[in-house]
Amino acid sequence: MTASLADPPEVVGIRNVLRARWKALPFWYRVAVTVGIELLVAIGLFFVDRSLGYAVATAAALMWLRRVPRLPWRLAGELVLISIFLFAGVRSLAAALAIAFAVFWVPPRYRTWVLPVVAITLAVLYPFYAAKMFVIPVFGVWPDVATGVYMLVFIMMAVGLNIVVGYAGLLDLGYVAFYAMGAYTAAWFSSLQFPTHLFHFGAVGITPDLPGIHISLWLLLPLAGVVTALAGIIIGLPTLRLRGDYLAIVTLGFGEILPQIARNGDNFFGTGFNLTNGPNGITPLDSLGFGHGISNATHGFLPSNYLQCCNASVLGHQIQSTDVFFWTAIVLLLITVFCSLRLQYSRLGRAWIAIREDETAAAAMGVPLMRTKTWAYATGAFFGGVAGAYYASFKSATFPGDFYFNISVFILCMVILGGMGNIWGVIVGAAFLAYLNQEGLANTGQWLNSNIKVIGNMHLPGSDTPGLDVPLFASGIYGAIILVVMLFRPEGLIPSKRVAAEMHEGVHDDPLYDAQHAGSET
Amino acid sequence: MLIVLGAVALLLKNLTVSPSGFFEVTLIGLTTGCVYALVALGYTLVYGILELINFAHGDVFMLGGMFTITYSTHFFGLHHGQGFAIVPIVIATLILSMLSCGLLNATIEFIAYRPLRSAPRLAPLITAIGVSFIIEDVGLFFWGPNYVSAPDVFPQSKVFSFHGVDYGWNKLIVVAITIPVLLGLLYLVQQTRQGKAMRATAQDKEAAAIMGINVNRTISFTFMIAGALAGAAGLCYALYVTTVRFDQGFQLGLIAFTAAVLGGIGNLPGAVLGAVLIGLIQSWNEGLPWHMPGSDWTQSIVFSILILILVFRPEGLLGERTPEGG
Repeated sequence: MTASLADPPEVVGIRNVLRARWKALPFWYRVAVTVGIELLVAIGLFFVDRSLGYAVATAAALMWLRRVPRLPWRLAGELVLISIFLFAGVRSLAAALAIAFAVFWVPPRYRTWVLPVVAITLAVLYPFYAAKMFVIPVFGVWPDVATGVYMLVFIMMAVGLNIVVGYAGLLDLGYVAFYAMGAYTAAWFSSLQFPTHLFHFGAVGITPDLPGIHISLWLLLPLAGVVTALAGIIIGLPTLRLRGDYLAIVTLGFGEILPQIARNGDNFFGTGFNLTNGPNGITPLDSLGFGHGISNATHGFLPSNYLQCCNASVLGHQIQSTDVFFWTAIVLLLITVFCSLRLQYSRLGRAWIAIREDETAAAAMGVPLMRTKTWAYATGAFFGGVAGAYYASFKSATFPGDFYFNISVFILCMVILGGMGNIWGVIVGAAFLAYLNQEGLANTGQWLNSNIKVIGNMHLPGSDTPGLDVPLFASGIYGAIILVVMLFRPEGLIPSKRVAAEMHEGVHDDPLYDAQHAGSET
Repeated sequence: MLIVLGAVALLLKNLTVSPSGFFEVTLIGLTTGCVYALVALGYTLVYGILELINFAHGDVFMLGGMFTITYSTHFFGLHHGQGFAIVPIVIATLILSMLSCGLLNATIEFIAYRPLRSAPRLAPLITAIGVSFIIEDVGLFFWGPNYVSAPDVFPQSKVFSFHGVDYGWNKLIVVAITIPVLLGLLYLVQQTRQGKAMRATAQDKEAAAIMGINVNRTISFTFMIAGALAGAAGLCYALYVTTVRFDQGFQLGLIAFTAAVLGGIGNLPGAVLGAVLIGLIQSWNEGLPWHMPGSDWTQSIVFSILILILVFRPEGLLGERTPEGG
């Protein structure tokens, strides 16, 4: 049987058949059924947790508002929704909705730059309103500013890993090694780790006769990046010749060896040489800061010492050391994102994407494979190193326990969840997962244990208290996220079109002639 | 070459310092090597057929150990001092554990790897890591975060004692389980129709399908065999070491994978050879008295071997022989 062009396309598959039948029902009937179901769900959840019911109702209202095309009605609906929350006393939620609606009223051609500007402004102002935000159902209160710094650092690392995994398609399972290397580079040159040497250069907040090497952390951040990038090149040169999965294994090997060196590095083979101070880690580090000269010249706008900051009070908010670290992290992240975006469509970036899509074709087109891959590796390593150094200076410590294989997978999970190769997706994915890791899982666990009886009364082996300790299962949860994303939406939540096409068409980079099987007798 | 020579010199020096200690440690290494061999064979089988590094394999092995402990103590009431009654219990537990792990591994393939068969190569690899983490947490959920201990059932007396070198029953049982399982595997792969199908699928899936082989079923079967081997390894490990913890699988799996790569991945005899070598290296490093790096550095040594092998001789020790040629 042949189908002519005039025939309507044949509907195949149970899902599509059901969808077609549903579309055939009268419009108001469909609206009524949908609203009914939504109300039932909201009311049902209302009995589990009151705020969750409200949240579902709000989400449903938002969905319907998006469907309303005409200007006065949609605007009226939005105003009604905002005023409901205003009268209910949830002013922060009303404000958030107002901003979101305002952004969506901006015509699409301006939205491309309005959206980032709004997002950056909101992020910069976050310390001022973090404590006043509404409580999210299930997830609890908004993350505090220290978690914000953690999130920004991990976003930075995810953006760095995205260059390796997303752009160049090289699976790096040992990214944590670069993170560790950055952290230790910063720690060596700004602490008491080498007390026999005395070298001071621009470090703030210490007395001039303090032993050890003390270099300004502003210099150490790029230095850590450069050292890590060099390490990336050294690791990469012999290994990048390997095929995809072998490369993954080698990087995994490095990711396991380096933390072990950090852990056992307080006494190398009994020689007494103390490189990393072993499991105790290196602490404290010097403080970030601009020094008194610059601080006074800017009337205290640039703080002289981050860790002893600040006396200023702006908009009724006492500015703390964490806030300053937060803003600096935003600046670093913006630099990272800018570099990453500029690289993406540069000659090098296009070469990376060509290698990801088809190595053989890229080589045939004259892309130097080794050099291009090594650059991807070094660039990714650079950002990992800077992020590691910055996080070490924020915590004023670095411990070998922070650099396990889990972290590598955790960062990889961020890249995959957000969407490999798409920087906005990676940022969203990384922010969400870093938040989950730091506060979200604990909050959700608390909610689950107190609101769902089955979980709250569970008795697990090895724990004295009933209930499920959700943060304990963090790695399994990330594993589940990886699995679900790879199976159902391999291009990630916010995909780049190219990666989506690759994932669905299935690009095979099998060699044309399989050398491994050529010589074997059968 | 220099590294190998240095290592050999270090070993000879240790041999002269304490000969009995050296042989005792070597016996321990051979026993651990047997356990690694069972796990490494699972990696090699799966890699041979799908070219996929099944990261979840180590965790299946861990669950094998957990299954062993639960089955033997809760179902069969295994405890210390039962004499020869332990033999049927161990055999029954072995069969159950192999079955459970085999089914589990085949299920993992069905859920997590089969839908991605035409996706880019890295996709199933990433999924495998995810599955590995999930299984680890399954172990954590059902068996808790602490060490789960198996009953120490073997007689304390020695099988033989020669110039101060003791060989205990617990070491013998590992070898006694491993060797029949290995022979069975060899028979299965080389002599049976299903084994022929496995070799054909490993060589060329499309051609195998044209010849009437059910490729999906063959792959499932391979995963089942690999899982069963992991189950047997889990039993050996649980009975020999007597403690299992939920997070041991991944590390041990990586070591076993190194063994598979060392021998030449996809190559069955190579996996066994590599595993025995890695087992020996590990126990020499941890057990010998004279200037060895010690257990703090075992992982670093193993992974350095992995990296060196992958960089300089990616086809492994046993050359370019593929499973169909072995």
